[in-house]
Amino acid sequence: MNQGKLPRSGLGSLVLIAAVLGGGAAAFAYTAGWLSPERLTPERMIAALTPPSGPPLGHRRNHAKGICFTGTFEANGNGAELSKARVFERGAYPALGRFNLGTADPNAVDATVRVRGLGLQIAAADGEEWRMALINPPVFAVSTPQAFHELLIASGKKDPEAMKSFIQANPEFAAFAAWAKTAPWTTSYAEDFYNGLNSFIFTDAKGGERAVRWSLVPMAKGVPVSQADLEKRGPDFLEQEIVERVRTAGPQRWTMVTTVADPGDPTADPSKAWPENRRKVEVGTLIVQRIEPERDGPCRDINFDPTVLPQGIRVSDDPFPAARSSVYRKSYDLRAAEARDYPRTETAKP
Amino acid sequence: MTSAPHRFALIQRVLHWLMAVCVLAMLFIGVGMVSTVAPKYLPLILVHKTTGFILLVLVLIRLALRLHYGAPPLPADLSKTMKLGAGLSHQLLYGLMIVMPLLGIGMLWAAAYPVILYGGIRIPALLPQSDLMHTLLWNAHVYVGFAFFALVLLHLAAGLFHALIRRDGVFASMSLLPLRDRGTQTK
Repeated sequence: MNQGKLPRSGLGSLVLIAAVLGGGAAAFAYTAGWLSPERLTPERMIAALTPPSGPPLGHRRNHAKGICFTGTFEANGNGAELSKARVFERGAYPALGRFNLGTADPNAVDATVRVRGLGLQIAAADGEEWRMALINPPVFAVSTPQAFHELLIASGKKDPEAMKSFIQANPEFAAFAAWAKTAPWTTSYAEDFYNGLNSFIFTDAKGGERAVRWSLVPMAKGVPVSQADLEKRGPDFLEQEIVERVRTAGPQRWTMVTTVADPGDPTADPSKAWPENRRKVEVGTLIVQRIEPERDGPCRDINFDPTVLPQGIRVSDDPFPAARSSVYRKSYDLRAAEARDYPRTETAKP
Repeated sequence: MTSAPHRFALIQRVLHWLMAVCVLAMLFIGVGMVSTVAPKYLPLILVHKTTGFILLVLVLIRLALRLHYGAPPLPADLSKTMKLGAGLSHQLLYGLMIVMPLLGIGMLWAAAYPVILYGGIRIPALLPQSDLMHTLLWNAHVYVGFAFFALVLLHLAAGLFHALIRRDGVFASMSLLPLRDRGTQTK
């Protein structure tokens, strides 16, 4: 090595080292999204869900009002032909869940919330879990998580033009809007249909795959009620009603119906219903046996992340389960850190 | 015969570079996955969990190898401060490589998430759900992770400093291929 060149090569080396470090740090910042404010992060989705009055501290960031249940999922064995998941083998499996309202306000008046939901976790004998979160509309409001974010932004604006231009840009919203306007309300969580809406892939024992969606169909007959009449029953009527109903009438039941897609059915878009004539398989019955307030109930600690799936079920090309998983995780992290804002009343769990 | 080895054992060097690639990938995947709602979130988190578990096993093997084989001595002309810094930073790197996966898996347990790795391998929970524990472990995983990345950059800078500026054989002692520099030439 030429002695005379050493200082320059030393300087060059220092520059090189600085470039490696700077480049590494910049790449890290880029990957973390710190340089891309337009990236749809779980934080931005949650910010869009947050009402102007502030976040519901200690609560889920959406579907914040809810009540826990426990019970059983009784598989009739019909699902085993579609998926090798153990929960489809004939038998009874412990179930834990949560009836809820699609609002960011844990104190919302029941009659002001159009979308109702049901979170559910079914445990197989070996401890494998299947979690899901279903809602009562027959189609989802939009086609993509991006569009859902835009919907939240538009519906949060006072300017009526915002919703108009959103609907123009996202015509698929019409089907959901029509349901919201015309579908009858019920006075009970027990009388509602809960639909998975997202498409998943079932894998059977031979490796055969099929795209499916599933729903919980209530055995209780729905009694339609007007929104105004529901409002008269009181702000927390649904929770009082389900407690009273299970106490006096006993366990409440839903049939789990899986719908199998035909080739070409839109699996990536939960705003598109599949044709009515698709094959439907009743795979079991959800039996809700016990209702508990959320504050100390078993559903409080569970994130009903729809990507917690047993072997035999996996996500499809539907972009929502991944987005929901990401945002639910963030919501869980936040509410767990805020637990003191929503204190438990019991020290030990029953 | 009596002189200390100039290089780490081949298995140590192979493990070092394999883990270097994995650790860097883990740090980038970690900050990338939590900032997206795109479908890639799910494969990224699966790779992150699986690689994290593998790295925990590998670092324990590596620690055993280090205790068995030891390390080549640092150059005699290296200042005391530099030697101290090297020793501390290496201990810290080992510590972080052990702690990071434990924090990660612990925070999943404390959130009552089933821990499922690539291939459907399920790791049973050793912690009950706990809001407080989850929050502590989650914060620790995030902020210790940032510190880990900073330390990895510092380690990289020190390695390049030895390789390009001091050319004292320290980098060559860990390189996979033999390097021509002062350390190896004066063997």
